[in-house]
Amino acid sequence: MVKAARSGAKTGLEKAARERAQARYVLRLYVAGLTPRSTRAIQNIRAICEEHLAGRYELEVVDIYQQPTLAEGEQIIAAPTLVKRLPLPLRRFIGDMSNTDRILVGLDLRKV
Amino acid sequence: MNRPKARLVTRPGSIRKVPTGIQGLDEITGGGLPAGRPTLVCGGPGCGKTLLAMEFLVRGATEFGEPGVFIAFEESARDLADNVRSLGFDLDRLVSEKRIAIDYVRIERSEIEETGEYDLDGLFVRIEHAIDTVGAKRVVLDTVEALFGGLPNENILRAELRRLFRWLKDRGMTAVITAERGDGTLSRHGLEEFVADCVVVLDHRISEQVSTRRLRVVKYRGSLHGNNEYPFLIGARGLSVLPVTSMGLDHKASGRRVSSGLPRLDAMLGGKGYYRGSSILVTGSPGTGKTSIAAAFAEAACRRGERCLMFVYEESASQIARNMRSIGIDLERWVDKGLLAIRATRPTLHGLEGHLVAIHDEVQRFEPSAVVIDPITNLTLVRNEWELKPLLMRLIDFLKTRQVTALFTSLTSGGDSLEESQVGVSSLMDAWLLLRNIESNGERNRTFYVLKARGLAHSNQVSEFVLSDKGIDLVEPYLGADQVLTGTARVVQEAHDRAAAARRAQDHEAAVLQLTGRRKAIAAQLAALEAELDVEDRKLAAMVREAAAQRKAAAGDRRAVADLRHGKRPSNGRKEGKGR
Repeated sequence: MVKAARSGAKTGLEKAARERAQARYVLRLYVAGLTPRSTRAIQNIRAICEEHLAGRYELEVVDIYQQPTLAEGEQIIAAPTLVKRLPLPLRRFIGDMSNTDRILVGLDLRKV
Repeated sequence: MNRPKARLVTRPGSIRKVPTGIQGLDEITGGGLPAGRPTLVCGGPGCGKTLLAMEFLVRGATEFGEPGVFIAFEESARDLADNVRSLGFDLDRLVSEKRIAIDYVRIERSEIEETGEYDLDGLFVRIEHAIDTVGAKRVVLDTVEALFGGLPNENILRAELRRLFRWLKDRGMTAVITAERGDGTLSRHGLEEFVADCVVVLDHRISEQVSTRRLRVVKYRGSLHGNNEYPFLIGARGLSVLPVTSMGLDHKASGRRVSSGLPRLDAMLGGKGYYRGSSILVTGSPGTGKTSIAAAFAEAACRRGERCLMFVYEESASQIARNMRSIGIDLERWVDKGLLAIRATRPTLHGLEGHLVAIHDEVQRFEPSAVVIDPITNLTLVRNEWELKPLLMRLIDFLKTRQVTALFTSLTSGGDSLEESQVGVSSLMDAWLLLRNIESNGERNRTFYVLKARGLAHSNQVSEFVLSDKGIDLVEPYLGADQVLTGTARVVQEAHDRAAAARRAQDHEAAVLQLTGRRKAIAAQLAALEAELDVEDRKLAAMVREAAAQRKAAAGDRRAVADLRHGKRPSNGRKEGKGR
């Protein structure tokens, strides 16, 4: 990657990037029932994870209709919502996960 | 606590309403908010939206058996519970009893990334869950507009909110949705286009450094409602709206009378005092004794075993009690007995409306039969006089409908146009007592008269008003031919009069004595003359007798002479010429 190579000049950043590259991702996707949008979101995020985070991610899909208290505890408003619990900081992604670029940027898997 | 139970207006064809339990609001709306529909409450920051919404829920849960859900977008459940504890609402208990559910919806814009299509099912699920937890009939969304700041796509949001409100309606929830007021619109994000059934606007205005809260029902589909702006107050027991125009002039006039506490004043008012439920204005310049008259009235009410409520704006409760003790009126005794309550506040504590709401509130709670407001003029500190009248009218109507006899004192500036300056409020009053200082003869004296008393044959007498440690006394002043004398001048004049009267009495006595003397003298003279007459009579009789005797004797002599001449000797042998 061109961008990564350019930042390789700075060792600190490089180190951070390496650590990030090895960090475990804990993700939770909240959906409201098995609507087409939910299905789409699940498929999209799975694909992204497999492509960029293979072997170092946990993805849990929660149906808030089944577990409404989880929605309350996690401050879920929109559906679908993906919550990146780890690594910190906490991040939320709302929508059907069709905007791959944004997700990658948000997950710190790609520089802006 | 006496809360008027709101009537549910269930006329055929009219919509069903749900009482809010908020004092006054149910009267303005004719029974409450539309049942099973959302109501929009908008207003600027700090105008009481959240409190109104919260009271609606708490009253519903505690008084009307309707559990509620509070979806908070701005404050955490903890903060909310803390904030409303000051109003006496124990949210924690209500939550643990499953009568109220609170869900704090926190949105951090910085945490959220939009990645495609979404809806607000998360929110729906949470609301539904909360509703199911407590079996809610009422829902509050406070302030749903926070979503606009938190979620990036306004189009989705608007569509979802529309769906949310419809969904709440379908579920039969009576909902209160609060919204920030926008520039030129009722709410900043135009929520009124979704929530079209009932819109209430709250307002918080500062005028002359004093804030006044007002409430207005802008829209109420399918129902009549009061259109005015109604002042409201956030008090120690929640919101109180002054339902000012719900009153009319249809109160019953009582024929019963109540004592003024001053026997002489009662006499001046046709013998028995004021009418019950009438409003009495006592005006006067400073130091004329207005508060004393008010205190006497309050004490008289307590003596009858009735409750009296005094609102004082110049003195503290203990100060007024102390001062009244100096004229022999013991107010503390009645306070201790629970018959008298003195509410002392500074006029600047609230705006005029705020004071009226407070009075309203206290009167409803204390249920007095007499109310004293001392003085109403201080309330105008914060308001123009012309604005005072309509508000005072509303207060008087309110008191009259409750058959509360109200005494208002009013301070006049001491100018010469006393009557004129009071025109604003005096026409509302049934009786008007005027206190005046008369300064003359090196002293100042209080005078008193009944300027008007509707329906009472009142005296036109100007009395002198004397305050002493024995109490209040109304004394008839000296009414001379060309002046009215009061104070020591009256006393001096009265002494004068007494002396003159005494002198007159003495003169009279003397004259009577003299006349009797003369009469006696004449009678004596008369007696003397009569005696003289008698003597004369006797003399006369004696003379007559003597004359007769002489005549007889003369005749006898002649006979004797004749006899002698005829040679006869007197038989007694007396010598001749010695017989007489």
